[in-house]
Order: sequence, then structure tokens, then C-alpha cells
Amino acid sequence: MNTGKRQKQRKVLLMGKSGAGKSSMRSIVFSNYVAKDVRRLGATIDVEHSNIKFMGNLMLNLWDCGGQDGFVENYLTHQRAHVFSSVAVLIFVFDIESREFAADVISYSSIIRALQENSPSAKVFVLIHKMDLVQARLRQQLFEERAEYIRAASEGFKDTVEFWATSIWDQSLYKAWTQIIYYLIPNAGSIEALLRQLAEVIDARELILYERTTCLTVTHVTRGLEERNPFTDRFERISSILKTHKQSMAKHTNLPPNIANFAEMQIKTGRFMFFITRLTENTNLAAAIPPSEQIFNAARVNISLVRPRFAELDIGSAKASARGGIQQAFASSGMGAVEDGRRRDGEGESGGVE
Amino acid sequence: MRYLQELPDADIPHTEMPPRYHTGRLPNSKAGDDKPRLLLMGQPRSGKSSISSVVFHKLPPSETLYLETTTRIKKESMHSFMDFQVWDLPGHVDYFDPSFHVDHIFEEIGALIWVIDAQDEYLEAIMQLNKTILNLQHSYPSINVEVFVHKVDGLSDDYKADTFRDIIQRVTDELSDHGYENAPVSFYQTSIYDHSIFEAFSKVIQKLIPQLPTLEALLDSLCQSCRIEKAYLFDIMSKIYIAADTSPTDGGSYEIASDYIDVVIDVSEIYGWDRTLALEVEEEEIRGESGCNDAESLITMERKGNHYLYLREINKYLALICLMGDDSPAEKKAVIDYNVGVFQTALKQVFPRAEREPPGHHHRYEGVEFGHDEPAAVGVGR
Repeated sequence: MNTGKRQKQRKVLLMGKSGAGKSSMRSIVFSNYVAKDVRRLGATIDVEHSNIKFMGNLMLNLWDCGGQDGFVENYLTHQRAHVFSSVAVLIFVFDIESREFAADVISYSSIIRALQENSPSAKVFVLIHKMDLVQARLRQQLFEERAEYIRAASEGFKDTVEFWATSIWDQSLYKAWTQIIYYLIPNAGSIEALLRQLAEVIDARELILYERTTCLTVTHVTRGLEERNPFTDRFERISSILKTHKQSMAKHTNLPPNIANFAEMQIKTGRFMFFITRLTENTNLAAAIPPSEQIFNAARVNISLVRPRFAELDIGSAKASARGGIQQAFASSGMGAVEDGRRRDGEGESGGVE
Repeated sequence: MRYLQELPDADIPHTEMPPRYHTGRLPNSKAGDDKPRLLLMGQPRSGKSSISSVVFHKLPPSETLYLETTTRIKKESMHSFMDFQVWDLPGHVDYFDPSFHVDHIFEEIGALIWVIDAQDEYLEAIMQLNKTILNLQHSYPSINVEVFVHKVDGLSDDYKADTFRDIIQRVTDELSDHGYENAPVSFYQTSIYDHSIFEAFSKVIQKLIPQLPTLEALLDSLCQSCRIEKAYLFDIMSKIYIAADTSPTDGGSYEIASDYIDVVIDVSEIYGWDRTLALEVEEEEIRGESGCNDAESLITMERKGNHYLYLREINKYLALICLMGDDSPAEKKAVIDYNVGVFQTALKQVFPRAEREPPGHHHRYEGVEFGHDEPAAVGVGR
């Protein structure tokens, strides 16, 4: 997507009308709040900054910009260059329940104009928020109408702006943020390539790489029959399940949520095996594999062997020799015996492993 | 008396096959095929239907605001290690009206759950409760009366404790005034917004299990041999626990265990889909050997490096959940596995019902089974 250029900090603006739900969203995704906790939040004064580290080489610099008219006026005038320069992503939040939708869009256009002046290469994500307040059968239509109207006001970003319907009460929030994060990761391509190789080697049905604090999916690889998994929203669901569990553990162990991480989780059943283990400093890997103890054990060994490769990608010091590296790692592991018994006929790829 | 006439047509939950075992026979249940009952009673709007929706239908608590007032008896079945029915009785009917066929309702019941709204005036409710207890005392003296002091989530801690004490005082005083000392009445503080309702239901149901002391002894010895801090035997679907070891708890452990089941069930739902449906695709090889027959799961916490939580599917309905302490033998999972295996065998002897159902007897709840009952999905070699 946008590989090559490595930036340490990526500036992300979070904007929208006061009360639209910007800070609620941020607290849930990045600060371990549960949906009902956000009632405690007050209005954001001016700009609140937070730094979130993703995969080592991606440092999110999130600007939560208070949406009251006075502040917005200030962003557009005195602080115009300060706020809108070198922006990687603008996330603009619309409240679906807003009574002054036309006015919201006018405010949106003036912000878009300021962005175009200062950071013409930025990407714009529009989140149409609080969708839970709309009756289920009307949601899609209303969302599309609004999105078209907003797109028309998007000026230079007309063709690239993306729209997402969100709510803090279901996994749609995670779905939208997963897309945003994916866009921001500079070397998503090479991470994905390495992950796909790993999946081939360990014969995984699915691998999901996610960030530890936010539980947001960084990327995933799906193989074979698993692509028919009827739960197409499973990545968001898993984010949401893990986040809920993290909160439950934090509550009962009296640890703060940011350190109540599990080192490993395994679920073994007659239909599948699933485990989550730490991959790099900031990421965990979730693997769904066929129900076999052999594959399970081999997968765990292989993952621990491949860790340094991901760590290199993480730091961003590695050049693009991922393929050679992973093969060496596996070659020295003596996994040949395990591979043998279960290799498919006519399958060329795993040959390189031995 | 409309309600009486409607009784035979009341909503009887769908079952695919009549239960074959009745090992969990209740103390006062007749030999008949009817399932033991739990009756939910109380004033209108005290929260009876909300309770049964949340516990047995997994309705999100916030949705219960939209439930309509119950006007006829609603019957819920719980299919588990033992089958029983929960009857939700409309609150505004006088069941001791002479024209009512009292026996029809009260025979065979295992427990009467009386729900009192703690946020409302409760004097009338207490009066009704005592009237019911006194009426039942003669014909059905062995019925357990369980009082749920409900909706306590809205009360401050002090006020909650005062209300609870006041209700207990009033009920026992009034009963002894009528010469009924030491009535079999228990009290619980409950709310559908946290785990308390599930814990209260667990206690109610545990009283109806004749094998409870045996189960507890088994769990105790398991805990001792593996240095487990706390062990629960859960009914997977309802998240009611039917037994726990007898060590004292700090209250939070039930919640950890119950949240843990959620994680395992949710993940199992996502990846346990039926692959045979997509089998025309030839790429996916299906292996002759399969992993484990019983689902098991393990969570290790980073901070301690010990096996923190352990889950093992015991049979179709039950799961064992163990909370490990700091000094649990983390590296000795094999020992735990072995001992749990022993526990499983022992349980089968205590509970013949705990044996596997023959293939084809499907679990009533879609998407939560762990998949072992259809070995074809993983067992066909190519």
C-alpha cells in the first residue's frame, strides 16, 4: 500500500462536532474503557495528544481535537499550520443523530480545505457514528445517503475518502479502526508476506496478527477452506472478545488493564485448535489450526523460531530479505520430521522448508 | 379463571427427544416423566421475566426494558446434566383462589423462587410471600423457598445491606408469628446487570442435586492433588455452576470463570463451524487423527507465568474450570490433565447422565457445541 517510506511518527487528527463521540471512541480503542464507562467523559478542551506504539516502527500520534465551535475556529485560524501540517490521516466523526447535519458538513468542508492546503497527501476516513441509535432496517440506506452527501463536500479528497458506519456498542468500531491502522502501517506488505509464509509452514488455517493494547488486527492470513468461514466479521469479533476478556482479568486480578496481558491462551477442540501467543513487543499472534496435537506443537516451535524475523520487521532495520530468513530459521529447527507426515502431495512450497 | 384453562396450552419449549435419564431426581419429584420445576413468583414488574430471559435466553440485560408483562405461564426448559423446567408465573394472579387447581402448579416443584423488587415498596410483596409459604407449608413442606431481593444494582451499598436485612427480618418474624419456625427460606441479593443472578441460580440449583456432597468431595480432592485454588463445575450453556470445591472464595472467582467460558465459547463458535458443508472443495485434507475429544483451554498470565486458568470440557453439558494459584505446578500440566481425567471418570459413576449422548442427539443450542459429537467432521481420511 504505502511501503518504502519509513516514518517514525504518524500524525492522526480526530475531528468532528462536539459530542459526536470522538473521545469515547479513543478511550475505548486505546485506553481500555468499556462502552458504558464513556458516560464519565466530559468535553475535550482544545487538543488532547496521545502516543500509541504499533508494531515498533509505527508511532501513532493521535490528536483528539475538541469539537466546540470556539476551538474549531481556532484550529482554522491561529493554529491552522500547526494543526493541519504533516497529517497522515484525518478521522472525521459525524453523529448520525445530529439535527444540524448540513451545518456539520459545512464545518467538515472548511476543515478539508485546511487539510488540503497543508497536507494534500493525507488520507481521510469519515466515521458515521452512533449507528446503534438508528433502527436496524434503516441503517444501510441512511448511511449511504449521508456518505454520498459528505463525499460531494470532500473537494480534493472526493475520490479517496472512505466511509464507515460505527457504534461503540458493537464490533463496527473495531472494524473501522482496523482499516485505519492497516493504512498507517508502513510495511504492512512485508509483514503480510512473512505471515503468509509462516502460515504455509505451520499449516495454519488462519493467522491473525494483532496489537496487544488495543487488540486491533494488524493483518491476517486465511488459507484453504477457512476462507469459507461463515463469520466474515470474525476479526472484529476476536478483537472485541479479547478486549472484554482483558478487562475482566484486569478487574479480578486488580492489575491495571495495560499489563493484564495473558502470555498464552490455547483452546483445543475436536474441530479446531486455536492459540494466541506473543509475537513481538507490541503484537500477539492468534492461530487457528487443524485439530492435531502434532500440528499444534510444531506450530508453537515454529512461531518461537520466527519471532526474531518479526522483531526485525518491527524495528524496521531489516532489508527485504524476508524469504531467505524464514527458510533458514525453519531449516535449523529440525522440523522436517513433523512436516513429513502431513505434507500434501504436489505441494511445492513446503519443500523449501526442509 | 382464564389462566388455569390455558395451562395445558402454555408454551412448552421444543425438545427433540424426551430425556432418558433422570439421575438428578428431585427430593419431592414423582416418578413420572415430568421435569422438576423451578417456579418464579412475585409481584408484577418485580423482574421475573427479565431474570428468565437473561439467564436462559442470554438476552442482554439492557434489552429487558422492552419485555412485556407476562400474562400467562411461561415455561422454559433447561437441558443439561439434568433436565428441569422453569415456570414464569404472572404476578397478578392469586394462585390460592379455591377455583385454581393448586396441585397442578405446585406438585413436583423443586424450588419456589420469589422475586422482590428492592427498589420498590416491598411490604405487599412480603405479605404475599408469607401467605404463599404458609399455604404451601401443609401440602408441600419440603419445597425450598428462595427469595431473590432483586434490582439491587440501583441501590447504594449501605442502603442495599439495610434493605436486605429488613426483608429477612420481616419475613422470618411474620412466619414465626404464625408458628412456623425455621422455615426453609433462603435470601439472595440479585441483579441482572452483573453475575449475582447467575450465582444465586447456581445456589438454588445446587440444593436440588442429591449428589452435591459427592461432587464437592471430588472437586476438593482434585484441588488438593493439583494445588488448584478454586475449581468450578459449570453448566456451559446457562453458566450456572452446579458444584465448586468447598474452599472459601473472595467472590471474584465466579466472575473470572464465567467470563472465561464466554471467551472459549465465542472463539469456538467462530472456528468450530461445520466444515463438512464446504467439502466439495478438495484442497482441504482431512486427517485421520484428531486432536482431543474434549475441548480444553488454558490461559497463562504474563505477570505470574503460571497457568492461571484452565478449562476442560467434561461432557456435553459440563465444563470444569480451575483457577490456579501462585504456587500451582505450572510446568506440570500433564499431572493436571491426568487428575482431571480421573475426576471425569469418577463423575461418570456419580452421574450416569454425564455419559456421552448417542450420536445424532443434537445439542439444542446452535453454535456452542465444541464439535466432538460429530467425529465425521475431522475423522474422515482422504
